[in-house]
Amino acid sequence: MSRDAAPTGALYCGVDVGASATKLVLIDDAQVVRAGVVRPSGVSYAETTQICFVKALQEAHADDARLARTVATGYGRRNVEFADAHVTEIHCHGIGCFHWFHRAMTIVDVGGQDNKIIHVDDKGRRTAFRMNRKCAAGTGAFIEEIALRLGLQVDEMDRLAHDAESVVKLSSFCTVFAKTEILSHLRDGAPVSAIVRGAFLSVVARILEMGILDGTIVLSGGVIAHNPTIAELLADRLGRPVEIAPDPQLTGALGAALVALEQAKHPSPPGAGK
Amino acid sequence: MTGLQGKIKKLESTGAMQALMAEYFRELDAASRSPSGRVAWCTSVGPAELLRALGFKVYFPENHGAMLGASRMATDLIPRANALGYSPDICSSLTSDVGAYLAGVTPLTRAFGIQTVPRPDVLVYNTNQCRDVQDWFAFYSRELGVPLVGVETPRSLNEVTADVVRDLAAQHRALVPALEEISGTRLDIDHLKDVVASSYRCTELWRRVLRSARHRPAPLTFFDGTIHMGPAVVLRGDERAERYYEILLEELDGRIRDGVGAIDGEAHRFYWEGMPVWGKLRSHAEQLAGLRSCVVASTYCNSWIFEDLAADDPFEGMARAYSVLFIARSEAYKERYLETMVREYAIDGIIYHNAKTCPNNSNCNYGLHRRLTASVGIPHVVIDGDLNDLRLYSEEQTRTQIEALVEQLDGVDG
Repeated sequence: MSRDAAPTGALYCGVDVGASATKLVLIDDAQVVRAGVVRPSGVSYAETTQICFVKALQEAHADDARLARTVATGYGRRNVEFADAHVTEIHCHGIGCFHWFHRAMTIVDVGGQDNKIIHVDDKGRRTAFRMNRKCAAGTGAFIEEIALRLGLQVDEMDRLAHDAESVVKLSSFCTVFAKTEILSHLRDGAPVSAIVRGAFLSVVARILEMGILDGTIVLSGGVIAHNPTIAELLADRLGRPVEIAPDPQLTGALGAALVALEQAKHPSPPGAGK
Repeated sequence: MTGLQGKIKKLESTGAMQALMAEYFRELDAASRSPSGRVAWCTSVGPAELLRALGFKVYFPENHGAMLGASRMATDLIPRANALGYSPDICSSLTSDVGAYLAGVTPLTRAFGIQTVPRPDVLVYNTNQCRDVQDWFAFYSRELGVPLVGVETPRSLNEVTADVVRDLAAQHRALVPALEEISGTRLDIDHLKDVVASSYRCTELWRRVLRSARHRPAPLTFFDGTIHMGPAVVLRGDERAERYYEILLEELDGRIRDGVGAIDGEAHRFYWEGMPVWGKLRSHAEQLAGLRSCVVASTYCNSWIFEDLAADDPFEGMARAYSVLFIARSEAYKERYLETMVREYAIDGIIYHNAKTCPNNSNCNYGLHRRLTASVGIPHVVIDGDLNDLRLYSEEQTRTQIEALVEQLDGVDG
């Protein structure tokens, strides 16, 4: 069944309320994505998720009577009033990536506020995970701050980094110190594109510091969706290819929708706590 | 996963413990006000038995630091110490305590109606935990014009050799003349032996309290332990501490007999490595209870078990007891110790608290956590936070990581 056809069966909803953006995915019984919506999270998570849900129903040509179950994830997962359950984004990125690749892998989720490295085995079971420390270095927030310092729109950054003919290395770990360092490079006449490429390399360095990236490497999250050059730079540093999950920004929401489908098919007994 | 806030089952013995702690602090307050009273400040794993045998009322600033953290007064007070040149990167128990002194406030006021901490006649440290305690006491020595004496213990020990024990026993003996002069009392060695014997009995009882959590379901959690360890910290060597732990043990034995766990539906058993986040004890206890996860053992609570205290040779016993501590040992020793704990308590996962201002109590900075997971085959999580400075703590990151660890154990990924 194509995504354009109106669904006739139940729909399962996954909502990923991130620090920067809220993502919502509807899937059907066959795990086919019927709708995917992204919207800035704003200041009212409840309102934003409701708007995303209405837009997703329109995209899926469906009404809410078809909704069988909703699972929320992400930073604001407890604010999704219509959710039946919530799980962590660590769990959902693992599920979402395994859905696409079906093998043991290391997932790198570069988010707006934090980064995660998630290891799953060949059955899709999570074996380990690691979040970044309480610091925005290497996350989407870092890229936004650098864009602000350089007077750029965030959506200009990837093209500049990709097309840069040179690179300026940023040595500071700290976002604030990196911004100060950029001032010095600008005074020295460094091209803006070289500084942006240097900032992207800084993101790659922070990822590599978090843990060992072994086996198949899959990148997910909004930062990769908007800045695929980071994936190229990471592959270059590792000396081997890396994969990007399809619709990487929707991976967490897709994982949540897959959890909703699984929970609807196999409800936990009372008190099982799942 | 729903219902992530679990109900905490309060131990009925808590009332007796609170009454004992109130009595302890009021006695200190009275001694501080009396011309004949003598108060010694002592580091938490310092030579408390020696001080008690010389008639001092013994006060522990680290206990006060924990109270500042638990009452959430600490974060507002730390900047006052920072402004004096005490870095925000050093022990936040130190900086919050100094900050409280500078602000003229104490949680003892709200808890017990006591206006100030007791004024010391002497400050006695042991550097077995860190150098910070020495610098902490040195601040008050300068500020209050009070003598400062102490024991310097070597750290990162793989083995505690006879030479180390001999040296430390000599350092303990060397404290006696100064302490006798300040207390105005000659040391009665038989009285010291009695105090050490009482301290040892307290340690045995406290050890039994903690080991009760080997039972499934565990009758108490790490979070209970951080509260009920009070008498073992501040009143070891005083028979009232022994009597309290007999009461607590009776209650725990009752829970075991009746099959009552500290949390409902215990599904996972965790080990807590590192300091508590004092201002988040309740929040962590409730989250884990809601996840049907019980923290059954910890390095922190076990640190007040002093099995080497010996009444027949009190100086050698104190020297050994206060140097074989986990915190004073090598990474290799710590790894072996944690492997044993994982087995003894049937641990499913380890929560490492990487406390920003307490590197000596954070054991996930030299790869130990990764090596241990490989050797014992159980998962872990590292939460970045701090014992007292909540500016260094991220609530959402911590909650998410703990929840994700439980998801992993639940096998919902499979």
